Amino acid sequence: MKPILITGGRVIDPSQNFDETADLLIKDGIIEKVEKGIKPPSGAEVIDADGLVVTPGLIDIHVHLRDPGQEYKEDIKSGTRAAAAGGFTAVAAMANTSPVGDDPSMIRYVLDAAAGASARVYPIGALTKGLEGKEMAELGRMKKAGAVAFSDDGKPVSSGTMMRNALQYSSGISAPVIAHEEEPTLAAGGMMHEGSVSSLLGLKGMPAAAEEAMLARDLMIFKITGGRLHIAHVSTAGSVELLRRARAEGLPVTSEVTPHHLLITDRLVKNSGYSTSTKVNPPLRTEQDRQALWEGLLDGTIDAIASDHAPHHTDDKDMEYDFAPFGIAGLETTLPLMLDEVKSGRVKNFTLPMLIEKLSSAPARIFNLPGGTLQAGSPADLTIIDPERTFIINPDTWQSKSRNTPFGGRRLMGAPVYTILGGKITMEEGVPTE
Amino acid sequence: MQTLRRKDILGLEEMSAEEITLILETARSMREIMQRKIKKVPTLRGRSVLNLFYEPSTRTKASFELAQKYMSSDAVSVAGSSSSLVKGETLKDTVRNVEVMGVECVIMRHPVSGSSHYLARSVEASVINAGDGMHEHPTQGLLDMFTIWENKGRLEELKVVIVGDIRHSRVARSNLWGLQKMGAEVMVAGPPTLMPPDLNVFGVKHFTDIEEAVEDADVVMALRLQKERQEGGLFPSMREYAELYGLNAKRLAHAKEDMLIMHPGPINRGIELSSELADGPRSVVMDQVAAGVAVRMALLYLLLGGTKE
Amino acid sequence: MALKHKATVMDEKGMQQALRRIAHEIVERNKGLRRIALIGIRKRGVPLARRLQAYLNEIEEFDIPFGILDITLYRDDLSQRQDQPEVHTTDVPFDLTDKNVILVDDVLFTGRTVRAAMDAMVDFGRPASIQLAVLVDRGHRELPIRADYVGKNVPSSRNELVEVRIQDLDQAEQVDILEKAPE
Repeated sequence: MKPILITGGRVIDPSQNFDETADLLIKDGIIEKVEKGIKPPSGAEVIDADGLVVTPGLIDIHVHLRDPGQEYKEDIKSGTRAAAAGGFTAVAAMANTSPVGDDPSMIRYVLDAAAGASARVYPIGALTKGLEGKEMAELGRMKKAGAVAFSDDGKPVSSGTMMRNALQYSSGISAPVIAHEEEPTLAAGGMMHEGSVSSLLGLKGMPAAAEEAMLARDLMIFKITGGRLHIAHVSTAGSVELLRRARAEGLPVTSEVTPHHLLITDRLVKNSGYSTSTKVNPPLRTEQDRQALWEGLLDGTIDAIASDHAPHHTDDKDMEYDFAPFGIAGLETTLPLMLDEVKSGRVKNFTLPMLIEKLSSAPARIFNLPGGTLQAGSPADLTIIDPERTFIINPDTWQSKSRNTPFGGRRLMGAPVYTILGGKITMEEGVPTE
Repeated sequence: MQTLRRKDILGLEEMSAEEITLILETARSMREIMQRKIKKVPTLRGRSVLNLFYEPSTRTKASFELAQKYMSSDAVSVAGSSSSLVKGETLKDTVRNVEVMGVECVIMRHPVSGSSHYLARSVEASVINAGDGMHEHPTQGLLDMFTIWENKGRLEELKVVIVGDIRHSRVARSNLWGLQKMGAEVMVAGPPTLMPPDLNVFGVKHFTDIEEAVEDADVVMALRLQKERQEGGLFPSMREYAELYGLNAKRLAHAKEDMLIMHPGPINRGIELSSELADGPRSVVMDQVAAGVAVRMALLYLLLGGTKE
Repeated sequence: MALKHKATVMDEKGMQQALRRIAHEIVERNKGLRRIALIGIRKRGVPLARRLQAYLNEIEEFDIPFGILDITLYRDDLSQRQDQPEVHTTDVPFDLTDKNVILVDDVLFTGRTVRAAMDAMVDFGRPASIQLAVLVDRGHRELPIRADYVGKNVPSSRNELVEVRIQDLDQAEQVDILEKAPE
């Protein structure tokens, strides 16, 4: 493997509070050093990063790879290529596959299939068998097989006792539980956020209270269980407030937010004429919620940004609103969308180092993953970003098998130009190298 | 020349007062044809129309079919069964068939809100929404307005009360938009569990006391109460609903003498509306049915009468 | 397209005389008014038919059935027009069967309006006969149709427009030929 020297870039490593122009040398797949004026070793490939930003390889902790079972939507190969194209070196894959990832053999399948792929895949095991919320899955054995966290994501854990036991038990194996907060009877049959827009459109709504009631329950339970609780895709102002209070009380709860909840609202369901690319769960909320999510992200209440990449085949989404599945693809849009937010200055105090932190060191910390840092001796997972690059979202050019996005056609400023995984370039100029 | 410059009729929310006026005036001319011995004009000879009903409907379907026959168009009616709808394949495949068969106008009733938007986006043919889920039922709204206009001579400054399940009602939504655009004052009455969330987005006042709501009202419109709403836990029993919110002579004792009583049908007699009122002198329920054909003839003419560019 | 006034072919007096003459011809041909009915074609046929009714009643006092016909829905060019014409109400409040119907219009040109009007009338019943009265016949027929009563024959070019103005609708009473002048 040729050494790689990246010269003259702005190196941002939130894990070390580092933000300086420097050179970075990679040798044998390991970060050798970050310094000014490194001489290129013989035979080294030199990347001129003048005007570019060098960051730890980005990690998306909420991705659905659909493999096994729904490979027509996405598979581990296409999903990791999409990750590399989008500037990610690692993804955490949810367990709602077919069969469900509730068994050590399934965890091993994912890891085997991901060997040699364009990004690292960290499997998330199911919390309960078959995602049915009734019997606890073999968390310990899955952990040993390589699962990094446990979740029934896509579905809430209805039973309070089940959630209590899962949190308590997982504390014994030090693995976080990821909660999809949705009180199922309040949200039953809902297609979008419940409010004025759902009333206008005549679509059944999911009230903000459905998310908040379940989150409140889990926070109460968490107080008596110990363990680690991570809240997936926080979407309402009330949830942010509950999390802020819990953190103030010293509860070690973490959370993530998606770019779509930060950027668009339920108005888009109406303005797009019921476009199914606006159908996501949790649903797009109101402008007030959107503002609150930004506040939560900026003040640290929300730890990470994650895409909730939910690929679907075009045929699955090309139908009546009620019948279309929830979810949009996000691996190839997340970074450019968020870079554009930094560049535009629309959100006060949202800086590039903060964005990188929410996409690298914070995810690594939450799931206790090895990456997310540029410390010498770490695996050479890096992302190189051109913050001045004009980027137009065009699903037709995606590496993902899916095309479902409400952001198609958006003209943005900022895009990844290199993704490097373990010292190997996996993406150059937006195109995966293999 | 006033014309309707739109491809589709999806709802009254997006329609202007001028457009609504044109439709109502055209409907008035169409109603004359219905009174002839030979109820047929050759206007839409050779134009093809498809009626696509994914929900059972007697009145609306018959009304559209008669309107199509009176206008001499060639119409085919297809009843989609809701069981084959589960994965939405039917509508998507139908869309392709519509294109190939050269249908120029599709009338669709569908249980999913927004499905007429989906269809309109996917085909070149004009689409008339004959009711989509809980969203809108624009032709019903128009025929209700036509009925009021014919009986009262105007819509401006009339006070109209809609009573019942506003939340799940596409009829209510179309009327709320249409009547307010035409200058009427609209209010709604019924149990809070049957009101849509954030009701103020429609700009109407809500009453829980029916007698208070109908005071000074020029029109009161009762909506059909679906049994499954009670099963869904939104109110305790049909009996209690009738007692608290049903319209009957006693409850309207202090209402205006010339108040119109309307219902989109079919009526649950004795629940939302008493027979005494439904069949009484103030009832214009039958006028509504007749108006339906005239309004639909007008829409077919306005959408298909000229060539499309 | 600019329109240029070319000539006035009838003035108020000329129009009155023409209608009076037509009234006499109607009475003569139908041997009285017993089975006569008048139907004006919208728009200018209607006030003209009203005039005729008045002149007929000067000759003989009789309650002549009167109807208004809007032929929009019977036009044969609807699918060729981008904007559909506004529909107005037709009002034929009597049974046409066995009546000698006098159809009244302002200008007879291609004959297509009259064709549409005859189609419409057939839907109202089976008249004994249909006769056509027009104020102006300007030629250029596209269908085998002729008028039974003509106020004035006005040979015209296709490039010209014959404009009939009637007091009730236009605040003037005359017939003009206008020429379409290229810009």
